[in-house]
Amino acid sequence: MTEFEVPVLSIKHLNKQFGTGCAHCTNPEPDALIKNYCKVCGTVFACRDVSFDVYPGEVLGVVGESGSGKSTLMQCLYFDQEATSGEAYISSYQNGLKNLFQESSQQKRYIRNNLMGKVYQNPLLGLKIDFSSIGNIAEKLIAAGSRNVEMMEARGTDLLGKVNIPIHRSKEAPKNFSGGMQQRVQIAKALSNNPPILLLDEVTTGLDLSVQASVLDLIKSLQRELNISIVLVSHDLGVIRMLADRTMVMLDGQVIEQGLTDQILEDPQHAFTQQLVHSLL
Amino acid sequence: MMNTAYNFAFFDEGSKREIRRATLKAIAIPGYQVPFASREMPIGRGWGTGGLQLTLALIGKKDVLKVIDQGSDESVNAVSIKKLVSDTTGVQLTESASEATIIQSRHRIPEVPLKKEQILVLQVPLPEPLRYFEPSEHETKKLHAEKEYSGAWLMLFEQIMKYGSMTTGADHPVMVHDRYVMAPSPIPRFDNHKMDENEALILLGAGREKKVYAVPPFTKIVSLDFEDYPFEGESFEGKCCRLCGSEGVFLDELIDEGTGETYYQCNDTGYCYEVLNKAEKAGVN
Repeated sequence: MTEFEVPVLSIKHLNKQFGTGCAHCTNPEPDALIKNYCKVCGTVFACRDVSFDVYPGEVLGVVGESGSGKSTLMQCLYFDQEATSGEAYISSYQNGLKNLFQESSQQKRYIRNNLMGKVYQNPLLGLKIDFSSIGNIAEKLIAAGSRNVEMMEARGTDLLGKVNIPIHRSKEAPKNFSGGMQQRVQIAKALSNNPPILLLDEVTTGLDLSVQASVLDLIKSLQRELNISIVLVSHDLGVIRMLADRTMVMLDGQVIEQGLTDQILEDPQHAFTQQLVHSLL
Repeated sequence: MMNTAYNFAFFDEGSKREIRRATLKAIAIPGYQVPFASREMPIGRGWGTGGLQLTLALIGKKDVLKVIDQGSDESVNAVSIKKLVSDTTGVQLTESASEATIIQSRHRIPEVPLKKEQILVLQVPLPEPLRYFEPSEHETKKLHAEKEYSGAWLMLFEQIMKYGSMTTGADHPVMVHDRYVMAPSPIPRFDNHKMDENEALILLGAGREKKVYAVPPFTKIVSLDFEDYPFEGESFEGKCCRLCGSEGVFLDELIDEGTGETYYQCNDTGYCYEVLNKAEKAGVN
């Protein structure tokens, strides 16, 4: 091996706070905060100095309890929320030299539409619930510049087939679908323009077990087939064990532990990770 | 005769100035919807108050006004608006599209091509082309700012998926000068191309929604479509007006209730009369 692999997505020192902060909480003293909350000014520090790299074809798992900043992290990555500070680079955008967080909102939209796909925990956020399923997929393709109906219809039908939505229901609106089907339509939409990076935020939470299994199966096979890099947020360690190559554990907005998934699950170092692993039923 | 109980053109000068200022901004940014303080009018909102306010703010003593409502000079709405403007200004009224300096219209662009001294004022019920796609004004403003118009194409895509073709009967969205997507007001698709590189100033006013926007002379207007589903206006091939015999104009389809026969007639009544009068003068009939 002559060169190191270049990460597809690289995040450096990402911070996200809700509130302005005050003299009390910007003080580096260890007990300045209650968990991630400043009791003086009420600021919540949702993500604190989060840094990580994702390599081509790799699945990075993010675990942690509710309120640990997992979803906020994902929202910052997809520009749903503006990061307070930090840097993000994508290797296929401007040769990975431009900090994405400092791009204009038009450029951010371009990145979202062309280089990323996201599946939300709540399908209502990721889909236009009244538009047809195939229209939902076309939306992403149109946003990425396609103006050919035949091509978009073919691509949409193909993807809906991949996620096991019957063809005769492709023109139906997702509001008529079950939660699991909606989630699968969302996955098809996120995959529509072959994004190098896919962000999955609690995709299987709230689905019944058999549907969970088929959705996970689908993600795994698509990821292998298309060599997509995935950032996968879940509090379900089973999902993480099955999909993630590498895992990072978050607590109160900070990354407290990261490493190979097997290592994290078999030999947790941090007290919180130990508790998390041992509370697995 | 002008009713002197009112200020010239109904409005006080301050109101006119405010509307003109919004209009100037609209002309400066073609296709951009400029908010303005829509006034209370003696007609209900949604009955042409946007267009009427523009007309009243623009009109001068030397102007010649034509008002059309879906092609007709004589419908109640057109007549009422004409009466109000002439009562408060005393300007000359006309039914001829070529004689008018200001043409206020609901849902049609006249058949006679507009000239550079003319201003066409269109009444707009729903100025936001993305409204059905995104209900929040806050969001649509952002979408316009970022030139993110996938929603406009998506709505057309949905129509193709459902019905096999683009089914906008009127108000087919257009791209103005490669920047803003605009609702051209509910003019039939037939009229869309008349906006492209047209010589006159076109102003659009939405009274209920409190927006003014404009297509300045010689602005590029492109109707949205897809590579494999190109935009098409209504076709009246092989049909002509029963009264004046015109072809290649927008025709109304009518049914004779006695015989059950279908026939066609010019939608633009002013144009139809002109053709008929010309023919009579020439001694054809």
